[in-house]
Amino acid sequence: MSGLQSDGGLKVSRIENGIVIDHIPAGRGLKCLSVLGLQNPKGSIIVAINVPSKRQGRKDIVKLENISLADRVLNKLALIAPAATINIIKDGAVVGKKHASCPAKVSGIVRCNNERCASRNERDARSSFSLESSEPLVLRCDYCERTLQENEILEQISA
Amino acid sequence: MLYGFFLADCIRIEDFPKGEIEAIFHLADKLYPFSKAGTDIAKNRILATLFYEPSTRTRLSFETAMIKLGGSVISVEDAKATSSFAKGETIADTVRTVENYCDIIVMRHSLEGAARIAAEFASVPVINAGDGAHQHPTQALLDLYTIRREKGKIGGLKVALCGDLKYGRTVHSLAYLLAMFGAEITLVAPTQLRYPQEIREKQERDFGVKFTEKYNIADALDSDVIYMTRVQKERFPDPLEYEHVRGSCLLTKELMQNAKKGCIVMHPLPRVDEIDHEIDREPGAVYFRQAGYGVPVRMALISHLLGLKA
Repeated sequence: MSGLQSDGGLKVSRIENGIVIDHIPAGRGLKCLSVLGLQNPKGSIIVAINVPSKRQGRKDIVKLENISLADRVLNKLALIAPAATINIIKDGAVVGKKHASCPAKVSGIVRCNNERCASRNERDARSSFSLESSEPLVLRCDYCERTLQENEILEQISA
Repeated sequence: MLYGFFLADCIRIEDFPKGEIEAIFHLADKLYPFSKAGTDIAKNRILATLFYEPSTRTRLSFETAMIKLGGSVISVEDAKATSSFAKGETIADTVRTVENYCDIIVMRHSLEGAARIAAEFASVPVINAGDGAHQHPTQALLDLYTIRREKGKIGGLKVALCGDLKYGRTVHSLAYLLAMFGAEITLVAPTQLRYPQEIREKQERDFGVKFTEKYNIADALDSDVIYMTRVQKERFPDPLEYEHVRGSCLLTKELMQNAKKGCIVMHPLPRVDEIDHEIDREPGAVYFRQAGYGVPVRMALISHLLGLKA
């Protein structure tokens, strides 16, 4: 992965081992981190926000050095950055590339839009959705069975 | 509590595989004579009703079912009037307390998905007696049992679902079961209250069936079953519009005279005037017997969830 330099000399350095999540829509890098649940990471986390991108104009990048994550965790990114590329880095080289695919169950990331849903009104409830469709992305609430459309999901994630 | 492959709770109708529904109906047949005479298979068991929304009919039906099984009942008729509710006690806390006093909980609540939350936190079986506009699974079960009982079969029957098909939770679940058991379904509703397209497409897809759509009961008189629901005035801000559409959803004595021989008329009750009261005396007027079938069906469901031997 090439370093990025602005006229001010800002550089995002390579990592030797870990994960690089590239092509995150600009402004969602920190949200990606939050969804991955890395409150007490063993390794280092580097975030580049709103950096130039040939493909997207602007993007965020998240680098997780000496951190490994299970696919079921990385797949949560499908809600926030479905087009992001997940690069697996080993000894300074990219040894694997993939995109996140939305898991069959999504809990605690987005909430149901139905005001009469118990998951919104009960303190002990955590939102829980089943994947109804990947393309377009549609989630169905496990409690009230109303659907959450892709634009509604993105609206919540971006807020 | 889990009993082999059987369900631990009754939350939504779609959780029931066909085989399990057949088992419950078989048990309801076995328990039917005891729905009047009573039995003691639930001796020393307690059923708790937690009703956050009023419902005399459903609550009485469940309580009767448990008493006829030989069990006892503790009731909270109006859970919203309790001090715990006023203090903001959650469903999760309520069921974890109440389960100390009973073996099974029946709950009605205004929030959609409330019964599922109760089931997640309770270690005793939970039966959903209605959660807002979402589900009322035991109504659908007793409706299907009524058809089976009165007509001797379900598959191949022509069933017309009439009235408010948009907001009526019972018709959505009943249509699901009818499609599962091979009935032919005709949807009869004014344009404003049409059966939701999304639900229809999914049910047609899941069971490989095609529903027929009509706009007037007069066009569905070749049905074996006419299932009536009330068109609520509140759904129509314009009273003139309401008066205009409700005519297409009234079952009059004249229409009934032209219905197929042997046709039965059902209604989840309460009814207002969507069924001419003169029809009550007809042999095909099944709606009050339908309410009665709720007792053996609920006896069977309670026995099934508690693993009782009939």
